[in-house]
Amino acid sequence: MRHRVFIGFIIAEAVCLLFFYLFSLLEIERRRPEVDARRELVRVLMLTDLAVWTEARYTRHPSQADLFSPFQDSPSSIEHFPAGSLIAPPWRGGRRGGYGHHFER
Amino acid sequence: MNKHLKILEFALSSLSRRPCKNLGITAVFSLVVFVLSSILLLTHSFRIEALRVFNSSPHVIVQRVLGGRHDLVPIEYIKGIEEIPGVGDVTPRFWGYYYDSYVDANYTVMAAGGETSSSITMLEGSFVKEGQTGVCVLGRGISERRMTERGGVFILTASDGRFYVCDVIGVFSAESALLTNDLVIVSPEDLKRLFAIPEGMATDLVVEVHNPLEVATVAKKIKNRFPDTRPITREEILATYDTIFNWRSGLMLTVFTAAVLAFCILAWDKATGLSAEEKREIGILKAIGWETSDVLELKFWEGAVVSVLSFLTGLGAGYVHVFFLGAPLFLPALKGWSTLFPDLRLLPYIDLYQILILASLTVLPYIASTMVPSWKAAITDPDAVMRG
Repeated sequence: MRHRVFIGFIIAEAVCLLFFYLFSLLEIERRRPEVDARRELVRVLMLTDLAVWTEARYTRHPSQADLFSPFQDSPSSIEHFPAGSLIAPPWRGGRRGGYGHHFER
Repeated sequence: MNKHLKILEFALSSLSRRPCKNLGITAVFSLVVFVLSSILLLTHSFRIEALRVFNSSPHVIVQRVLGGRHDLVPIEYIKGIEEIPGVGDVTPRFWGYYYDSYVDANYTVMAAGGETSSSITMLEGSFVKEGQTGVCVLGRGISERRMTERGGVFILTASDGRFYVCDVIGVFSAESALLTNDLVIVSPEDLKRLFAIPEGMATDLVVEVHNPLEVATVAKKIKNRFPDTRPITREEILATYDTIFNWRSGLMLTVFTAAVLAFCILAWDKATGLSAEEKREIGILKAIGWETSDVLELKFWEGAVVSVLSFLTGLGAGYVHVFFLGAPLFLPALKGWSTLFPDLRLLPYIDLYQILILASLTVLPYIASTMVPSWKAAITDPDAVMRG
């Protein structure tokens, strides 16, 4: 008897997850015009970054920040904006190097 | 089939004999999967959104760097850049930051306006037209924080200390908040006056390249021709967002690692041995005629019941947390010191590959850690096992 309850519960959860997955596919399709409109906004306003973290230049525009920005006015000063902890420099073949891939230049 | 179902029934009875312990393990296991899946779903959704929308960002942005800092770029550079083969239009951009001490928030003030702006649909009201001064369009976040709607007045303090008053003719819609939440759009004339940008200078230049395959070459030529500039290509913008919202980056990795370690402790505790009661149970089963394979199947079912149930529960809760509730548990960490954080209305992008990896990293090790010590006990003489 217990196994029937368990199998029924697992099937219910799996169906629920399947519903979430199908909902995702439909929602992405339904909101496609929204994404296109955002893309158009980026094209027309020539935007380069998400307006997520507005507390500092390099968190508002991580792709445009100058190379010393994360260190503010001194290369040895400690990063003090929490959002800076979310952004790690990309791994570049054995060494860490800056936002984007700008150190090559 | 009937035999397997009977062993499953026995496994469920066996688990229900220790309800507190097994419910506790299931709760912790579900919580670990919930945290891990929330991180994976959230970062993947952010990453795909950024990569999709910034696919139409400028081919190359040319900044001028002076003393290691971003500086205003002379508009006369446009002529030299346009001479490079393959370069299309070169457009100056005017923008800057404004700290509003009334609401303790930073705004990004941008100049825009012209015929192309008619294609902007995520707007309530109208956009700044060419030559139209004294008007502005606000991001949803600023509009709410300053309690200014369309038809209202927006006041900023200019660089010379005078007040710059503009009529709010439009507010960006909530659907665009991820891009426009802190934006103030004014005309180029107004922006130059606001920030006292000297004539003949721009914040940076946007370069259009006819053939997208030549963007890197054009960027290199711009750098060679104007050594004080820093060209930033679209590929680099995309690479930046790919890095920021990669689950292996920064704080997300820290939370991810902590959750994985918690799971490892849980699995390790299971793998390091059985309790005396569990050993005695295996010994009795062997003594009454169970095969080693039957004992292993029983332990497989015990592990599978806990891990599959926890995985499905944790994954479902993670989905609801991120896509229905807007990830409220991660919001304090995500927000940081940002005072104008947009409402998260993320699209539910799901990477099945990541989900499968998560399943294989949690369900399989747990089942294995349940079976290995039981296998050791099952191959030992029943009498020796029962005597401990």
